[in-house]
Amino acid sequence: MAFLSLEGLTKRYADVAAVADTNLTIEKGEFVSLLGPSGCGKTTTLQMIAGFVDVTEGRIVLDGRDVTHAKPSSRGLGVVFQSYALFPHMTVADNVAFGLLMRKVAKSERDERVRKALSLVRLDAHAERYPRELSGGQRQRVALARALVITPPVLLLDEPLSNLDANLREEMQYEIRRIQREVGITTLMVTHDQSEALSISDRVVVMEAGRITQIDAPYRLYEHPRTRFISDFVGKANLVGGRAGSAGQQEVCKVGEGDFQLSLRPEKIRLTEVGQGLLDGEIRTRFFLGSQWLYRVETPLGELTVVRPNEGSLPLEDGTRVGLVWSTELLRPLEEDVRA
Amino acid sequence: MKALRGYLLTGPAFALFAGLLILPLGLTLVLSFNVFDYNTGVDADAYTLDHYAEVFGDSYFYEVFFRTLWISALTTLLCVLIGVPEAYILSRMKAPWRSVFLILILTPLLISVVVRAFGWSLLLGADGLVNQAIQALGGNPVKLLYTPFAVVIALVHVMLPFMVIPVWTSLQRLDPLAEQAALSLGASQATVMRKVVLPQILPGVLSGSLIVFGLAASSFAIPGLLGGRRLKMVATLIYDQYLAELNWPLGATVAVLLLVLNLVVMLTWNRIIERRYKKALG
Repeated sequence: MAFLSLEGLTKRYADVAAVADTNLTIEKGEFVSLLGPSGCGKTTTLQMIAGFVDVTEGRIVLDGRDVTHAKPSSRGLGVVFQSYALFPHMTVADNVAFGLLMRKVAKSERDERVRKALSLVRLDAHAERYPRELSGGQRQRVALARALVITPPVLLLDEPLSNLDANLREEMQYEIRRIQREVGITTLMVTHDQSEALSISDRVVVMEAGRITQIDAPYRLYEHPRTRFISDFVGKANLVGGRAGSAGQQEVCKVGEGDFQLSLRPEKIRLTEVGQGLLDGEIRTRFFLGSQWLYRVETPLGELTVVRPNEGSLPLEDGTRVGLVWSTELLRPLEEDVRA
Repeated sequence: MKALRGYLLTGPAFALFAGLLILPLGLTLVLSFNVFDYNTGVDADAYTLDHYAEVFGDSYFYEVFFRTLWISALTTLLCVLIGVPEAYILSRMKAPWRSVFLILILTPLLISVVVRAFGWSLLLGADGLVNQAIQALGGNPVKLLYTPFAVVIALVHVMLPFMVIPVWTSLQRLDPLAEQAALSLGASQATVMRKVVLPQILPGVLSGSLIVFGLAASSFAIPGLLGGRRLKMVATLIYDQYLAELNWPLGATVAVLLLVLNLVVMLTWNRIIERRYKKALG
């Protein structure tokens, strides 16, 4: 039984469909990410769920109730915005208390719930500060606490981490996941960052040009990208021509002549001696990524990207001739991209 | 050396400021203590407190000062009530219209106050458009011109841009998403205005009301043209003393008192608001 479901949800501006015929069901307690490049309609979708954007067609059903045309204030959803959207003239505690005040929760209970919410996001010590006195990550936590304190049925996160620097972003990813697990709240996060979507969601929904093109668990999405766009957008991919067919139950792909496009993840390719692999090539350039080495290898199939773990030995020099080897069951045939 | 250069660089501005503001103000202050005689004129060498005694002892002056105060206060209040929603609507407008309406709000500033005051007197006069309309609808003509009503309505018209601009500026700094956040937390549109928008634009309202009050309290052309001979405000009273009575020292005294009163009202107002919101507004 779906907790939140979008049925044929569509938003048109004049003649342009920002979101077209979107169907999605989210189970209670699930963490789902809406992933896509900017302008793909993911934020519009979130805003329709939150009630800030009118729905052109379709329905939004929340816990059995049709909320398609309900006012934002009556939906009771928790929303965390990209800019945090804190109230700058109120203290942290007052910011968090706002939703409870609107619900006319008695003072003693209100104080208690604000205290609990702030300790959940580890900001107990900052209750009397003003938002401008906090760092970006702390503001983000306040925004989370403010959204969670009203115990909403669904938490909506709109690019919650994109204003943070890289280290903090990673820390907040874990933090958001921890809090989401602890509270057990159904969560929908919009993001354009694939690593963010992969690392913390139960399921990832990929959107392109106003349409959903794939819904899968992060691992499955990464290993079985449906289209060329997804294979490139989610992680890195080598795209090679080839054939695809099936032998019995097994899908069999072969690189070379053929009218299929195949995706091969860079870390699935191993390097070996010349003549020992499926293919020979010459290393053009290499990049040091800390935990990994990234090689660009010139081969008869075109330039391929190969990622090898940094195992403490010196890397191969530019210009080295190498053999490339991979297991063919890791080749993924791709469908044509959807057109906008 | 560096300090000296700094002083030198601020020199021209300081000279302008001193020559055009501090010096005349000082001279006016001195003038207000000079002895005046209707037959011999101003005696620049003799000093007296007579003019201050006269102002403080005559109920006529109290009446004019009180009228100036309430007319300015009412003008300020009306400017807040009209200007704040106006600025809010303006800030929520879409691209081409916003500039168009902003220019519409500002263009009156390009027309002389005197011209606009005459415009109002044409509208509000005994045989003006408004009275013609009232008569056409079967009513009796109403006296509008030369009443506080006429002065207030024209002052509000002239002062409105001075309220709209600072409020509009502080609205620009607002995060529109904060309003959406408040809505999602269960606030009604009215509550969002009261609890989220208004407190944040208070500094703009404060500076707007200071400008409007200050300009209204010292306004001259509008009370002069729309208040007529009987309905005096302080600025027109000063004008009378200087040019009709030729009693410059008494005029200077009233001018000094107006300045002091204006300063006291504005500083108190500023203090009250700042004390209440200092922490929150940073």
